[in-house]
Amino acid sequence: MNPDVNLDTVKRAADTPDERQPYAELGMKRDEYDRVKEILGRRPTSSELAIYSVMWSEHCSYKSSKVHLRQFGTKAPQSDALLVGMGENAGVVDIGDGWAATFKIESHNHPSYVEPHQGAATGVGGIVRDIMSMGARPIAVMDALRFGGADQADTRRVLPGVVEGISHYGNCLGLPNIGGEVVFDPCYIGNPLVNALCVGLLRKDQIKLAIAPGAGNKVVLFGALTGPDGIGGASVLASATFEDESQAKRPSVQVGDPFMEKLLIECCLELYQADVVVGIQDLGAAGVSCATTELAAKGTGGMDVRLDLVPLRDPSLRPEEILMSESQERMMAVVAPDDIDAFMAICAKWDIPATVIGEVTDSGRLVMTWHGETIVDIPPGTAADEGPVYERPFHEPAGQAALNASSPADLPRPEDLRAALLQLLGSPNLASKEWVTSQYDRYVRGNTVLAQPADAGVLRISEAMPGAEETTRGIALATDGNGRYARLDPYAGAQLALAEAYRNVAVTGAVPLAVTNCLNFGSPEDPEVMWQFSEAVRGLADACKTLGVPVTGGNVSFYNQTGSTPIHPTPVVGVLGVIEDVAKRVRSGFTGTGEKVVLLGETSAEFGGSEWAHVAHGHLGGLPPEVDLEAERALGRVLTEAAAQGLLTGSHDLSDGGLAIALAEACLAQGIGCTVSLTGDDAFVDLFSESASRALVTVRPESFEAFAELCAAHEVPCYGLGTTGGASLVVEGVLDIPVAELRETHTGTLPAIFG
Amino acid sequence: MSAARVGVVTFPGTLDDQDAARAVRHAGGEAVPLWHADPDLKGVDAVFLPGGFSYGDYLRCGAISRFAPLMEELIPAARAGLPVLGTCNGFQILCEAHLLPGALMRNAGLHYVCRDQGIRVENTATPWTSDFTEGQEIVLPVKHGEGRYVADPATLAAIEAGGQVVFRYTGGNPNGSLNDIAGIRNEAGNIVGLMPHPEHAVEDLTGAPSTDGRAFFTSILKKLVNT
Repeated sequence: MNPDVNLDTVKRAADTPDERQPYAELGMKRDEYDRVKEILGRRPTSSELAIYSVMWSEHCSYKSSKVHLRQFGTKAPQSDALLVGMGENAGVVDIGDGWAATFKIESHNHPSYVEPHQGAATGVGGIVRDIMSMGARPIAVMDALRFGGADQADTRRVLPGVVEGISHYGNCLGLPNIGGEVVFDPCYIGNPLVNALCVGLLRKDQIKLAIAPGAGNKVVLFGALTGPDGIGGASVLASATFEDESQAKRPSVQVGDPFMEKLLIECCLELYQADVVVGIQDLGAAGVSCATTELAAKGTGGMDVRLDLVPLRDPSLRPEEILMSESQERMMAVVAPDDIDAFMAICAKWDIPATVIGEVTDSGRLVMTWHGETIVDIPPGTAADEGPVYERPFHEPAGQAALNASSPADLPRPEDLRAALLQLLGSPNLASKEWVTSQYDRYVRGNTVLAQPADAGVLRISEAMPGAEETTRGIALATDGNGRYARLDPYAGAQLALAEAYRNVAVTGAVPLAVTNCLNFGSPEDPEVMWQFSEAVRGLADACKTLGVPVTGGNVSFYNQTGSTPIHPTPVVGVLGVIEDVAKRVRSGFTGTGEKVVLLGETSAEFGGSEWAHVAHGHLGGLPPEVDLEAERALGRVLTEAAAQGLLTGSHDLSDGGLAIALAEACLAQGIGCTVSLTGDDAFVDLFSESASRALVTVRPESFEAFAELCAAHEVPCYGLGTTGGASLVVEGVLDIPVAELRETHTGTLPAIFG
Repeated sequence: MSAARVGVVTFPGTLDDQDAARAVRHAGGEAVPLWHADPDLKGVDAVFLPGGFSYGDYLRCGAISRFAPLMEELIPAARAGLPVLGTCNGFQILCEAHLLPGALMRNAGLHYVCRDQGIRVENTATPWTSDFTEGQEIVLPVKHGEGRYVADPATLAAIEAGGQVVFRYTGGNPNGSLNDIAGIRNEAGNIVGLMPHPEHAVEDLTGAPSTDGRAFFTSILKKLVNT
């Protein structure tokens, strides 16, 4: 071929030390660029600059959050269950009987605002590949979604697209969607949060890691061809060299192909079964740059790559663009030379393109060539692990004290509690989310035991993978977050998010085991946001320690703000639990008539950040509900032990909207009413307070004594409220609402807005 | 006597094959995996075409699958009387292969719909529905984006008159199907296609809050044992 005069080789970089490079356009600071020059002893080539700029980005390097996130390690509780912790593609937890679960939640917020359908779809695709790369079969997904006000115009643009993207991608993959959240708040207008969670299953002894050991082993790129998708900054490099405007106009949101991903899942599982994979890494953010540097850094230390062998969808791509492309549905594996033929045969069976693009070396260098010319020669660890670390300044927001002083105690209380309940039940945050969830396949693969609107998704393990037939176990998963609580007190807000997810897992009868989190915040360069972040991380780490559930991994999403206005700090917490006998899972809500309705936990007047204050008064102020993690833990023990003993016929956590909403939802579950009396002297507080560590359960009359004894043994307050049955929700002396009216109110809201 | 053997076909992008095989096993049959690229029916006594997004649903749902090597064997066998059940994408494939009349179009509401759906059994004269009673009301999940059954007026009149409508939606049509049609059969009755998913309604613990799907599998197994 003709000599490529524009190719920026290592030799050329050494010869032209003063050439101006577009590091700023790639998001690098001057001192970061200087540090690269110091590492290399010369200026980087444009390809090297591409690698460092993406690997040292906030998204890949966690440079602003790292110093805080360390607490998840230093404060981690002792846990025998943790097999793989933070730092890998996803954490892995021992769920017993030789099996392990791997799970992680990740944000795709910004792409989902720009292009809701593809942004959300590729969010699902990315997290599923993280789970695959641990050696697991992905078995379910969940989504925690937050949008602007339901009545705001842009929400009507963003929400349907996001839901359709998740629906299309997840349904085509054949993964049941078993839960999640849909929350509306004007603070998310312009900054929707799309947090996707995936859980996978694998044999405990077959965990795969992102490592490239063994000089001479082959590096295989397989999956979709590489195209110009998601190249944010690389076009700057390309056009800086070529001044070709067409290349600068490429889309920066990736486009997903779930059909390819489905084949990739089945192909990977067959590769694992054939035991022909030494190390594996998915290609997500930063594509080939990330996969090669991380694999090499964690392996024997070196790798030679022929970048011109990367199969392209667009043959005009330059090396810088190939390095930064975020084309979806790609994986990179390290394979022993003797296994290459078997590896390729399995890929061919599934019609998956696979190409050997390089080899593991012991040189300690990541070397890349382009048609014979060396264009990258770096120590891979410097890009993968030794990025900049910032101790960003932080301080309490200026208005924080005033916000906390604005107590909801002075808000006028409703005279008509019946109307107040219906108003809340029909409000967008508490209304039925069926408009969204009916677009997701919750049944595929046939292991879904509980799915939305249950408090947590529950999956059977025995038929999820061959060889698991003997286990009776199941896993439960829930995600929760409350931006209003966190705005009032990020430390407590993060703890309340964990407490609620923990409780949602426990109400199904599962024992909470481990945590994943997605930390959604504004700009880390704003000291007030950074204070929210540091407080939330500190709160979450402390609470994980007290509750005995380690953080296994997660994701940080910064820069969720419009102008200088950040979103509410929104830590979203996912909790995974295990139930020994999945047949003993407890359903949400009332499941039979003539059963005793029992309230667990204490109620006090707590309305700061409450749904009632939000809906009735548009008020946000005061302090969030008090956190009592010991009470939470005790409640969890009661719920799981009672489930194991078969004492519970139904259960439901109390959270947004308090007892009133919990009762209404329990009635709606199967259309069974109830007649209850309140225990306190203030019906409004009893019904609408959002005190934490509470749950509503039902027990058969003959089991009540045994159940009350169990509660007493764990010092969990237990109040018999009444009995299930009838066609109405009756709170004696306070309100009487037919279940049919509850249903009409509950299900009408979202279809009225979104069609 | 060995168990009746029901083939379960996997195309690239098939999703409910594991569920279909489980439902066959639960009813006492042997589920035999059939691979799209392998033109071999392996001597099975009946075939189940499960749901999914075969070949990514590119072009049209089922349009590419009908040309799979396996289908070259399956189409003549089905015409010769081999019992075949297609659910969801399987139904779409049967229509594309002209083993069943009509076509499945995008849902009237333009959204994918997953819900537990009321269904009335209209015809029990097929090897897949003999354990139901005519007029029986059952619940099965539907989950599809392209399930609106359409046919030209003459075809529609013919299948209605010929008793070829096997299932009809009750309590609300999820996709705008003509005449609330949820499933149909061929004239001979050995081939049945429907959008709902019997394989997701066979167990108490998992899937839909119904076990009405079991009768599909008990029907076919009785038929196979008795012939």
